Amino acid sequence: MSLTANPAPVDWQKASYVASQAADARVNVELETEGMILNIGPQHPATHGTLRVVVRLDGEEVVWAEPVCGYMHRGYEKLTEVRTYPQVTTLINRIDWLGHFANEVPFILGAEKLMGIEAPPRAQWIRTIFFEMSRISNLTLFLGDMGVQLGALTPVFYAFRDREYVLNLMEAATGGRFHPNYDRIGGLKEDLPRGWIDECHGAMRKVRTFCDEMEDLLMGNEIFQTRTRGIGVIPASVGLDYGLSGANIRASGVDWDLRRDEDSPLAWKEVDWKVWTHPDGDSFARYWVRLQEVREAASIVDQLLDGLPAGPIMSKVPKIIKVPAGEVWCHTENPLGEMGYYIVSQGGLGPFRCKIRSASFNNVSILPWLLKGVYVPDVITILASLYFILGDIDR
Amino acid sequence: MSPDNPTPADTPAAGEEPEAVPAAEEAAADPAPEPEPEPAAAPEPVDPAFQSVVDSLTERLGEGFLASEVVGGDLCVRVDATQWRRAAEVAKTELGMDYFCFLSGIDWLPNPLLAGRDVWDPNPNEASEVAVDEPAGTIHTGIAGGDTRFQVFARLYSTRTHVGFTLKADLDDESPVVPSITSVYRGADWHERETWEMYGFDFQGHPGLRHLYLPGEFEGHPLRKDFPMLAREVKPWPGLVDKEQIPGEASDEESAPAEEEAAT
Repeated sequence: MSLTANPAPVDWQKASYVASQAADARVNVELETEGMILNIGPQHPATHGTLRVVVRLDGEEVVWAEPVCGYMHRGYEKLTEVRTYPQVTTLINRIDWLGHFANEVPFILGAEKLMGIEAPPRAQWIRTIFFEMSRISNLTLFLGDMGVQLGALTPVFYAFRDREYVLNLMEAATGGRFHPNYDRIGGLKEDLPRGWIDECHGAMRKVRTFCDEMEDLLMGNEIFQTRTRGIGVIPASVGLDYGLSGANIRASGVDWDLRRDEDSPLAWKEVDWKVWTHPDGDSFARYWVRLQEVREAASIVDQLLDGLPAGPIMSKVPKIIKVPAGEVWCHTENPLGEMGYYIVSQGGLGPFRCKIRSASFNNVSILPWLLKGVYVPDVITILASLYFILGDIDR
Repeated sequence: MSPDNPTPADTPAAGEEPEAVPAAEEAAADPAPEPEPEPAAAPEPVDPAFQSVVDSLTERLGEGFLASEVVGGDLCVRVDATQWRRAAEVAKTELGMDYFCFLSGIDWLPNPLLAGRDVWDPNPNEASEVAVDEPAGTIHTGIAGGDTRFQVFARLYSTRTHVGFTLKADLDDESPVVPSITSVYRGADWHERETWEMYGFDFQGHPGLRHLYLPGEFEGHPLRKDFPMLAREVKPWPGLVDKEQIPGEASDEESAPAEEEAAT
């Protein structure tokens, strides 16, 4: 008698009693293995923070899984209600701490939309450049980190090394490696420093080399392929049902990218790039799509740097930012997926209500469904390939 | 129901203080500023994609469809709470909204922490522009209106047509109850758990309303406006007390030319 996957809590006492009676009555009976609860996390390298996943095992197979979050809940939605708009950007930098700058953009765009102002073109282009650079710095870490979860330690050192070029450039322009706080309502804090553009081209070359290395070193590796192909398959309809976004859903064949599909004042429409999808929906596909995305991001940055318009970086805004009453939903394609802010303003200096829609929250909510029936070593592969940042789940 | 953004009429002189004087006088002369008469006969052309959403929801929900408004190129629809799940079903099956974006709540009670003034008010002694002579706790609801303190709202989106809209429903003040949409969108599970613990909304038919972020024995609903922020209770927000000089404040501007003169 084997236990089938069952989401409802199983009455183990009763089940084992029934099994023991059955064993008495019959000769050829498969003996029951005791259900075992395995606790993954809260401190596990695959969790990028403190996520705890409780899984119940039948032998090697997961029969039930439940992510436990909240270890890092910081209550940002409450805190935004008692802060001014410029103060909020400091908070939201820390939601997805690897995609730092990209967090600021949808909030600022939403506030600008409510105020009816728009940043000058140069600011929009630089915003796009930094947006894509934060995507690179975020996803390079994933590309290396995925190897660590499979036992290949080397790639992550390459990733940390090459990510540093991008982070140094961000630091040079914004003053912050991880929390740039560079975006302002109506434009940007400062213009780019001298010589920055040439250095940035150099860093993008390094990023491309890194992608080639990863493709060669990790993606072409037989062990990597065996451990990821066909593992953790998410069909497109289920993924959309759970609200998966970003590379996770593009790896399931959904051709949807907010950078291309939504009207945005940012400069993605000005350059030539491609949205990559993969039909398989497994862990390998998610890795593959992210690798291509880093390449595309490097190409976007290069093209934007070449065509960067001159002009001011700040439009005329009042000294004290007051946002007129109204509601706005503004979302962008962040490194981890769709990130959006639903800002409700009642005409004050700060938001009345700010709902933060972060990508990882939805991406992780599929885990109870996805982990059912997989084997223990694959749990880590799936966790790593979904790629979430805990700050993005707990907010 | 008006397709126009009501903000210009509602908040005179939101940003600029010097120009606020005539507008404030007007407001004083007319204590209940009415929205400007709008040409109701000729509404702005609505995006046909939004129109089809409104049409099919009106057709399917009938009386349950309460209001809709297009502001800033975005559609917001308010339905009756009893029709909440039906609206989600129509959106998913008939309108092709295959992507579940988020679900959350709004508490429209004015923020008691601010006590009638803005956050981090640069001139705390002056009367706030926002505070008007109305009883404390007066609720101003947002787009597509609302009659009660609590609202549940969700965002649905179609990845094929790239059309999305916000769905809202009013909930009762005393017993905020709304049908769960987990059977329609599986992703609503965690969002409803979060909204349940943060706002205390009861999602009927949810498979297991358990705490998501907060510890199990936590009491209260933190995102309700009347939930106290302990840190603020103990010590006032430093932004109000140790007020730093805001760059560009009036005194700053006055001192700047004086320094220039001194330099020359």
